[in-house]
Amino acid sequence: MNGRNGNILEVRDLRTYFQTEDGTVKAVDGVDFELKRGETLGIVGESGSGKSVTNLSIIRLIPDPPGKIVSGEIIFDGQDILLLKTEEVRKIRGKRIAMIFQDPMTSLNPFMRISRQLMELTELHLGYTRDQAYEHAIKMLETVGIPDARSRVDSYPHEFSGGMRQRVMIAMALSCEPELLIADEPTTALDVTIQAQILELIKSLKQETGTSVILITHDLGVVAGMTDHIIVMYAGKVFEQARTRELFATPGNPYTKGLLRSVPDPTSEQGALYQIPGLPPDVAHLPPGCPFAERCERAEDICRREFPPFVALTPDHHSLCHFAEEVYSTSKREREARAGARSQEQVLDLE
Amino acid sequence: MNEDKPDIIDEPARTQPAFDTLGTPPKAPIRAREGDTIHPTHELIVGEGDVRTAERGEGEFIAGTSLWKDAWKRLLKNKLAVFGMIVVAIIILVSLIGPPIVKAATGYTYDYIPSENQKSYPPFTAPDGSFSWTHPMGTDNAGRDILARVLLGGRISLMVGIISTIVSLIIGVSYGATAGFLGGKVDDLMMRIVDVLYSLPYLIVVVVLLAFFGGQSALSQLFLLFVALGAVSWLTMARIVRGQVISLKNQEFVMAARATGVSNSKIIFRHLVPNTLGPVIVYATLTIPQVMLTEAFLSFLGFGVQAPLASWGSLANDGVQNIAIFPWQLIFPGVTMALALFSMNFLGDGLRDALDPQMRKV
Amino acid sequence: MFGFILRRLIVTIPMVIIVVSLTWGLIRLAPGNFYTGEKKIPPAIEKNLREKYGLDKPWYVQYGKMVWNIVRLDFGTSLKYEGQSVNSILARTLPVSATLGFLAYLLALFVGVTAGTIAALKQNSRLDYSSMALAMLGISLPNFVLGPILVLIFSLTLYWLPPTRWGGFPSLNLILPVITLSAVYMAYIARLTRSGMLEVLRADYIRTARAKGLSEKAVVLRHALRGGLMPVVSYTGPALAFLIAGTVVVERIFVYPGLGTYFLNACLNRDEPLIIGIVAFISISVLIFNLLVDIAYGFIDPRIRY
Repeated sequence: MNGRNGNILEVRDLRTYFQTEDGTVKAVDGVDFELKRGETLGIVGESGSGKSVTNLSIIRLIPDPPGKIVSGEIIFDGQDILLLKTEEVRKIRGKRIAMIFQDPMTSLNPFMRISRQLMELTELHLGYTRDQAYEHAIKMLETVGIPDARSRVDSYPHEFSGGMRQRVMIAMALSCEPELLIADEPTTALDVTIQAQILELIKSLKQETGTSVILITHDLGVVAGMTDHIIVMYAGKVFEQARTRELFATPGNPYTKGLLRSVPDPTSEQGALYQIPGLPPDVAHLPPGCPFAERCERAEDICRREFPPFVALTPDHHSLCHFAEEVYSTSKREREARAGARSQEQVLDLE
Repeated sequence: MNEDKPDIIDEPARTQPAFDTLGTPPKAPIRAREGDTIHPTHELIVGEGDVRTAERGEGEFIAGTSLWKDAWKRLLKNKLAVFGMIVVAIIILVSLIGPPIVKAATGYTYDYIPSENQKSYPPFTAPDGSFSWTHPMGTDNAGRDILARVLLGGRISLMVGIISTIVSLIIGVSYGATAGFLGGKVDDLMMRIVDVLYSLPYLIVVVVLLAFFGGQSALSQLFLLFVALGAVSWLTMARIVRGQVISLKNQEFVMAARATGVSNSKIIFRHLVPNTLGPVIVYATLTIPQVMLTEAFLSFLGFGVQAPLASWGSLANDGVQNIAIFPWQLIFPGVTMALALFSMNFLGDGLRDALDPQMRKV
Repeated sequence: MFGFILRRLIVTIPMVIIVVSLTWGLIRLAPGNFYTGEKKIPPAIEKNLREKYGLDKPWYVQYGKMVWNIVRLDFGTSLKYEGQSVNSILARTLPVSATLGFLAYLLALFVGVTAGTIAALKQNSRLDYSSMALAMLGISLPNFVLGPILVLIFSLTLYWLPPTRWGGFPSLNLILPVITLSAVYMAYIARLTRSGMLEVLRADYIRTARAKGLSEKAVVLRHALRGGLMPVVSYTGPALAFLIAGTVVVERIFVYPGLGTYFLNACLNRDEPLIIGIVAFISISVLIFNLLVDIAYGFIDPRIRY
């Protein structure tokens, strides 16, 4: 029932390419990961790293043309989604796999009442009558903490604030009690104070319903407290994957280290924030070597010449780097050296 | 260490590569014909690639040049636009050099009425009914050569189209730039006036104008047409230029000009207007066929170009009377005109897609 | 909402006055007079005529009378069609032009929206390219060329449809004029729909709708069409103004006794009351129509509040 070895989702060698005037953009190029039932996976990366395309690929929402899933397997509950007919995928979308998108301002249909947009789902997937669906919509709005839901259910999206709209999106996503919830940068477009509330909401709803969650973000701070497992993406590839605690404590990839250093640390005294130098590469014209080499502090000649191997540091910790072992052991040493330091404690205590 | 930290990992989207992977599905390839929308205002930015160049400190000039060069390349890739460009060039060329050639070859000019055979002959037909090259498009009721008249019609129609467009350009650009630059209440008022004018049936007023003031002489009628057509086709131009100016006026080079005490009118016409050139050219290209169509409409009703001059519209007007017996009198000028407008529209559309894929058309 | 309508109506009245005054001024500034025709008129008769039509009064009295006529919507008597009031001419000709215009716009909406939506859904397909090329042809082919060509083919060669003349509603006589008049609007609406739909289909909320598992049909009809048609709705106002001009041409080609034909004759005959009456009537209806479009806009897009 639970597919192979308790995984709700397994993504194998996924490649999604886009044809543009500029050439073929390999937005996702050989991504592998798996998600256990009931767990939360964080996908972290800068914009353009392919994290959103990965997840749109999971429910086959890549606009074609120009995009195309070139190869791979997406095994959801034992079934390869990429082999299903479109109608069968539709039965999964919204019902078994639901998505929350980044910008609640534009992700809700401005011409339609909230009630209609919520009812649509349960009428379609659960066969509810109008009245049942309406009551369910109100119940869902109450669940996500919208005050006075009954009187607001017939509002239009523009009558809600950004945070409220994201709550509506969450209510919509959870309407059919999906087995997998994909939240694509659910807090990026929101105010800082609202961000915390929304994350808290997703966390508590996840605990109530037991859904598996994929949380996509560019902000390591967001995933730290929420996820069991993290994959770090860069230029369409998985650069590092590990349990959350392990990744934060002993990163095995220079890119991940850079990301961690650029997270502001309230206890540290240094004034300026660290920033990884340079810009993400143009995915249409990648150099033959490591895509991160240009920006990497540890880069040597081999990095520019040869594509790095995906090194297994532990059975559950992999890193795409020529010097993965070295970076990993440095991280370990640093960690031991600073074992008592308060800042490190804090990172560890987040779990 | 939690939610309240600023976005540091993610730089804003403007430094992104060719497409946006941050949640939004990538837009269709840049040249895809996606520009055909009505949009009330045209806030237009240079192509993303150019913003990148400009940001790297290579200055506006370089961004500008590469914009034009890229646009030209994109235009050449658009087959329909290239087709339009070639046909338009041929039509202009033939209208210019055609009449003397026809005269040299057959002795006919647009107003030459032969002393005999004053009747309408079908194309390629001599008075005795045999095949002849003299009148490839036949003759009209007075025996005049239709080819010579269609060529003249082309000259006149194109001239009306171009001159009236220039008139509309002058009005529209000054009006739009002023409104956009001054902003605030003045802008509101000026644009409200444009909105209202949009919805007025101005064409019927033009008909009244031409009916009552026209007919003195063929030339004064032409002049009247230029003014009347120019005066009614500047509205969209004003909107486009205004949108442009609004998006430009807060940029550094304008600030700099202001700080050094350059006068408002100089800022508008020296700094802002030249930077709106792209969309203005595009829209002007699209205005020419519209104006030509309006001219043809007026001429068809008998209020436009007067005999002995002829435009495609007035020729069609002559032809429609005899459609049942002498269809060629309508078909040749009509089809020529349709072909010209068709190619101009394609050229204009292509230019718009090439110069800026975001720009929308009214 | 009510206040909005009221405000707009209040603006409408001066607008109509401005258009009509402009027309009146043009007529009055023009050299000559309606009675200065082919032959010279004896001074005594001219004096009589001037008195009869009030032309001996100062201009502002005449102007005031004209404005007053408009305000009470009574435009006086035609000079050319003696004994007929302008209002009765309007009442007789309006149904002809309105039928023509209304049917043409309906046809244009139906064909244009369908073609535009299909083209947008199949973007960059052969179907898309060919329907957009056809639309471009529709925009480029003047109706006074299209009309006669249709007559030539369907009436004079195939003998399927009557060539000209008004035959009431419904009648076969309407088919060719309606197609002729609607071709341009069909083409415009198809282009507007296509680009509007393309824009909407890329919107985030369409992706949301797809992520819900809705069928493509539901995504398009329920979620996309409404937003995609906004440009078409805003085009309706300007379209009406052009539709009137188009009617003039089509009525001329097909010899229809409509508003346009009478307007042309009035211009040629310098029939001032009739011209003023028609211009005023058209301005009023165009402005009211625009108001209706704005109200409709508010109904379609809940974000717009008046």
